[in-house]
Amino acid sequence: MELVVDGRKAYAYTGGKPFDPALPCVVFVHGALHDHSVWNLLARWFAHHGHAVLAVDQPAHGRSEGPALASVEALADWTLALLDAAGVARADFVGHSMGSLVGLEAAARAPQRVSRLVMVATAYPMKVSDALLSTAREQPLRAIDMVNVFSHSSIASKPSYPGPGMWLHGSNRALMRRTLAGAPGLDGSNLFEHDFRVCDRYANGLQAADNVRCPVTLVLGERDQMTTPKHTRDIAKALRAHIVTLPAGHTLMTEVPDGVLNALREALARPVEHS
Amino acid sequence: MPGAADPGFDTLALHAGAAPDPATGARAVPIHLTTSFVFESSEHAASLFNLERSGHVYSRISNPTNAVLEERVSALEGGVGAIATASGQAALHLAVATLAGAGSHIVSSSALYGGSHNLLHYTLARFGIETTFVKPGDFDGWRAAIRPNTKLLFGETLGNPGLDVLDIPAVSALAHEHGLPLLVDSTFTTPWLMKPFDHGADLVFHSATKFLSGHGTVIGGVLVDSGQFDWDRSGRFPELTQGYGGFHGMVFSEESTVGAFLLRARREGLRDFGACMSPHTAWLILQGIETLPLRMARHVENTRKVVAFLSAHPMVSSVGYPELEGHPSHALAKKLLPRGCGSVFSFDIKGTRAQGKSFIESLKLFSHLANVGDCRSLVIHPASTTHFRMDDAALAQAGIGPGTIRLSIGLEDADDLIDDLKRALKVAEKAVA
Repeated sequence: MELVVDGRKAYAYTGGKPFDPALPCVVFVHGALHDHSVWNLLARWFAHHGHAVLAVDQPAHGRSEGPALASVEALADWTLALLDAAGVARADFVGHSMGSLVGLEAAARAPQRVSRLVMVATAYPMKVSDALLSTAREQPLRAIDMVNVFSHSSIASKPSYPGPGMWLHGSNRALMRRTLAGAPGLDGSNLFEHDFRVCDRYANGLQAADNVRCPVTLVLGERDQMTTPKHTRDIAKALRAHIVTLPAGHTLMTEVPDGVLNALREALARPVEHS
Repeated sequence: MPGAADPGFDTLALHAGAAPDPATGARAVPIHLTTSFVFESSEHAASLFNLERSGHVYSRISNPTNAVLEERVSALEGGVGAIATASGQAALHLAVATLAGAGSHIVSSSALYGGSHNLLHYTLARFGIETTFVKPGDFDGWRAAIRPNTKLLFGETLGNPGLDVLDIPAVSALAHEHGLPLLVDSTFTTPWLMKPFDHGADLVFHSATKFLSGHGTVIGGVLVDSGQFDWDRSGRFPELTQGYGGFHGMVFSEESTVGAFLLRARREGLRDFGACMSPHTAWLILQGIETLPLRMARHVENTRKVVAFLSAHPMVSSVGYPELEGHPSHALAKKLLPRGCGSVFSFDIKGTRAQGKSFIESLKLFSHLANVGDCRSLVIHPASTTHFRMDDAALAQAGIGPGTIRLSIGLEDADDLIDDLKRALKVAEKAVA
């Protein structure tokens, strides 16, 4: 579905069904150099089980027009503006990696608009090493290969995603390359470096946690090398989050799609009273 | 910071897509000889059918053993995924049928396997898909042949019968300039010798019957997608960018940014045409792939020795192998195929058709049959077999002489192969006297 946000074209995948703002809404927010397609199975499941789904392409990613936005805070504002454009007053937020920070910030900025928050493969602070930042800047294709390896815990995850016969390493690499080629970052950076800097610079996590009023679930990969579970302790405590750990790396949605679905079904069934 | 990279080729050939079976601990890939898979519940069944979950339903569409093969070949090629098919021909048909329909047009290299030529020139024409054939090195010809209804450019990494090396960087650039994908038949080279995606190809298929399987035991094919082609940007493929009535109005390029082609190919072509692979066949091909790096190295090593022998033999008038300086594709082969040009090639013996037949019949180690890519060495004399209806003029038009012999060099001791050829050449020489 195409929308207009801040005067620019924005895209959100609706799970294979027409969007109905009268239904309970779930917003899916992707991570660095990704797009809506990392959510397609989950988006389809919720869209066909009584929800309205918005799996967004962030500005300059996928089918959404640029420019890229400079910070997690700006992305949170943009996502809330997208809800306005879609006619949604309140939604559950599910974010992956960088997208999980966007969800956190949105839940802090507009507590009345976020019913539940699920942070998949998250950490705070989400620091990126100087070496990886410089590789992303100078050799983005090499950086993609590196991150691709760090992001997967196996070369034999089953049943694969979005269906049998897909090679997850190859799919993720191709998606990141496609997204990188689609638009630049800001201030002369490429989009990979840009997204990494957005993660790296975000410093409002613990303050944001103070303002979050909704139930929060963290879905973590026990073998995640990008956002290791040990780096979630402080933010999990601040959010009083329920934690689900799955046998996967950073790309949980593709490595253990059924595990993430089960975790989301449970998380999005939690009572919505503000905690 | 430490470097990080995917596992190497040899490791992927053994491990990609497979782990010890969680149910039994079996280390080798199990053969899942089952038609179908039990649903956990009605809701689970519905969600599998509606692509809300990933999993297996019915072995025509997917099967766990086949999936390992598909992932493994994808990993070796550097693709996003693959579909195993009943044969290489079925893989070519699946690629074409996913992208083209009545009124569509294909531009193809003329240097093709005869079966592919038949499919494109005769059979698909009956269904309204027309093909223009151009010489693989004729770039003006490729460009001039492209029409508004063209859907695909197609060629073989090493063309039949002369082993013309397809200039994949140049042809893919031309294809992309027109918003078209390049499909490549990589059967003769395998990803060990060349990865067409690294040079710009968008889709690759193999007759896995040949080197991937490697033992002359099964018929199978694999179609691999690079995930690099942007179907939306092209604007030529409503099959992938607009709703498909045969699957709940699914828009494949929205569902999967880089896997749209394979989604439709599996959910339409494999589902409806049904040219799927048996899991037992998939297992045998996996067994072959586990030793692909070792075998390909030996195939090339043996071929170089045989080529050197034949090139120096007085009964041989020409040897067509791109590593030889006189071959028209020599420079391109050095660039695109630095590890070697495979183990299938042709040579011409001096003399008549009768002498050619005499040569073939005198061979003892080489098996006279219609296949290539076996671990055993193979031979065929086109003028007396596959092209026996043609007179000498027609053979020449096809690039085949009365004394043309095609060899597929296997893994035997090279000295034994050379002795076998030497003896047969002597018999052929005497046959005329």
